[in-house]
Amino acid sequence: MNILTERFPHKKTTFSRGVHPTDCKQLAAETAIEVLPAPPEVRIPLHQHLGAPCKVVVKPRAEVAVGDVLGEAGGFVSAPVHSSISGTTVRLSKVTLPNGRHVGAVPISAADEQPLSGRDLWDDVYGGEWPRDGLDHYAPETIVAAAQSAGLVGLGGAAFPTHVKLVRNEEKPIDTLLLNGCECEPYLTADYRLMVEAPDAVVTGALVAQRAIGASRVIICVEDNKPKAITTLRTAAAGTDVQVRALGTKYPQGGEKQLLSAALKRTVPGGGLPLDVGVVVVNVATAASLARAVVRGKPLTHRIVSVSGAGVREPKNLLAPIGISYRELIDHCGGLRQDAVRIVAGGPMMGFTLGSLDVPVTKGTSGITVLSQAEVRSREQTNCVRCGRCVDVCPMRLVPTRLALAARSGNADLARSYYPMACMECGSCAYACPSGLPLVQLIRLAKVLVH
Amino acid sequence: MSEAKPPIESSPSPAVRVAPSPHLSDAMSTQRMMLDVAIALIPAMIVAVLVFRWYAVVQVGLCVLVCLATEAAVCWLQRKPCSVGDYSALITGLILGLSLPWNAPWYIAVIGSLAAIGLGKAVFGGLGFNLFNPAMVGRAFVMLSFARHLGAPAYRDAGAELEILTQATPLSIAKQLAADLAAGKVGIDQLQVHLQSAQDYWNLATGWINGSLGETSAVALLIGGLYLCWRRVAAWQIPAGIILATLVFVELGYWTGLTLFGPLEHVLAGSLLFGAFFIATDPVTSPLTAKGRFVFGLGIGLTVVVLRLLSGYPEGFMFAVLLMNATVPLINRWTIPRPLGGPPPEKE
Repeated sequence: MNILTERFPHKKTTFSRGVHPTDCKQLAAETAIEVLPAPPEVRIPLHQHLGAPCKVVVKPRAEVAVGDVLGEAGGFVSAPVHSSISGTTVRLSKVTLPNGRHVGAVPISAADEQPLSGRDLWDDVYGGEWPRDGLDHYAPETIVAAAQSAGLVGLGGAAFPTHVKLVRNEEKPIDTLLLNGCECEPYLTADYRLMVEAPDAVVTGALVAQRAIGASRVIICVEDNKPKAITTLRTAAAGTDVQVRALGTKYPQGGEKQLLSAALKRTVPGGGLPLDVGVVVVNVATAASLARAVVRGKPLTHRIVSVSGAGVREPKNLLAPIGISYRELIDHCGGLRQDAVRIVAGGPMMGFTLGSLDVPVTKGTSGITVLSQAEVRSREQTNCVRCGRCVDVCPMRLVPTRLALAARSGNADLARSYYPMACMECGSCAYACPSGLPLVQLIRLAKVLVH
Repeated sequence: MSEAKPPIESSPSPAVRVAPSPHLSDAMSTQRMMLDVAIALIPAMIVAVLVFRWYAVVQVGLCVLVCLATEAAVCWLQRKPCSVGDYSALITGLILGLSLPWNAPWYIAVIGSLAAIGLGKAVFGGLGFNLFNPAMVGRAFVMLSFARHLGAPAYRDAGAELEILTQATPLSIAKQLAADLAAGKVGIDQLQVHLQSAQDYWNLATGWINGSLGETSAVALLIGGLYLCWRRVAAWQIPAGIILATLVFVELGYWTGLTLFGPLEHVLAGSLLFGAFFIATDPVTSPLTAKGRFVFGLGIGLTVVVLRLLSGYPEGFMFAVLLMNATVPLINRWTIPRPLGGPPPEKE
């Protein structure tokens, strides 16, 4: 920790550069989480995570209960998938996920009777009592195994298998566990509602993860535009070692490298991981699901999805079963408004647009943002005026305009000299571009060129 | 936490489109940036009208009109959509007009504007592609073609009805005095008397001096310039570099007796502030990175001082900007920033 934060512990830190989009969280922030009733059908994709796809282990027309394994992990960096409702499997089908990947999926048609619904389901997932003491009897290996068999992946969006992060590595000891509660994407409120409504699950998850990795301290990082979450977490964490730290609101603070720089002033080496500087970063919802997996022995079957934006009639936060279609969520929120022009899987800065609503919710679906004409970026594309605003805001300190130029001219050598692979596609550059250039898209092109 | 209501009937789908992320943008567009420059020039334009009366209105108005007309004509010739609406030609016209002497004949403004938009911008491919600042290209063109109308003596008209217009510009006075001193025409003891009027800080601040139309008032330029920096339309590193380099190198020159003006006079007199905030900060012709912009500013400052102190010209800002414009691609290449955490290792 540097001298500033030591001397002024209440000074709010943040990373350098980045942008300040209007957060628009008020649309759904104070809407309590609703538990969705089980839909008539879910389709569970077999590849919802980073890593190898799953191998299907159920036959068509098999009876499955909530939590039954449908697909086994296809390797160490992979995660099994489970049934999120009780019902009967249908023949394997293909679905197209928002990121454009075509993957196999197991459709399940729901049984008439579901074991849990409404309040009971909430109490089973994130509600109810969470132990603080006695977590010591879980051995680190037990926790990792529980995370692995629960199919736990990062719920912040990237969907990296969680057990891989939790395994201890003798060569790279971990001293700090950071819980990522920044939710820096505008509009999204799923993590916020979780922190407000189930802070105990988050804190227990933090303690369990700390035990697995052997970190000496745990910090839950929350941006200061969520004062209520900070208060509830501090109350829940009272009496434990877990610290709750407010960070100055800025996008993209939830990026792992930015979070490390904001909270700890540590810099992850290029191409490296937080692990390389002794840190593990876990999203708050992932931590809560880890607590569920370890303490209650339940796999990842449900997640909180926020449905927001001016293009949807009643923005809400929903506890949804994995595999439910986007259409059901939108319908549950009153449907689309007539001026809806863009449906985004995730937040508006990094999310993918959808051409169809018949897409299943996956483990990585943090929200659905429906933007109206007034909100959407619709600047006419003009020549680059080389103003350097993209350079000023890039949190990775790249030169987006030059990468875009290299991509447009198909010059791989030029592209290489501006390090396209360091780009995490946060979108700050295109957000700030006065000429309306599709910089992120062009940088993706530059990445392909360099490969 | 509340109980869920049963879903309502399926909604009809409005037309939705797909597009790459991000789906939001901030409020700053190219047009808005250009408009901000025009807004920031308002104080300087007011002073210009107060000091130079109709001369300022006619000169600036003519430049703006011809620049806009040239822009439209060039677009028509190139069969491109008309780009007058991006306001960049308006800014070129304003800056060119404000950088001319009050009594330059009308054809100076017209030819300068034609050269600014035509040679300075259109031949390179339009906005964003020009290497050199268009207004300065236009000004350099007329300066070299009609030296008699833009040189130091051109600012002065002994028969002018306004008293200010009969005086030489402060930098010309200093330059002339230095020459006279060397030739023995003026004694050391008389120096202060002659310098006094040129060194009056109140006049330099309010703009009550002779000079190019927009450059006279330091206060008006600072108000506009700081507004531009605050709006992040102008990168603060450029004026900071220019002013810093000017102060340092003039101080050196002052010690060695190359100039009669101190560092502060050199910053306040002439077109230094006007150029530092409004000309050098043109985004198209300045570097991309913060470090590069500062280097660019330092380079301009150094060149200005060299020209002012060692060349025959009393002022050198225009040439300094054009010279440093040429180095921008090089500066950009030298100042590629290191990515956060260092470059990612190359994968084979």
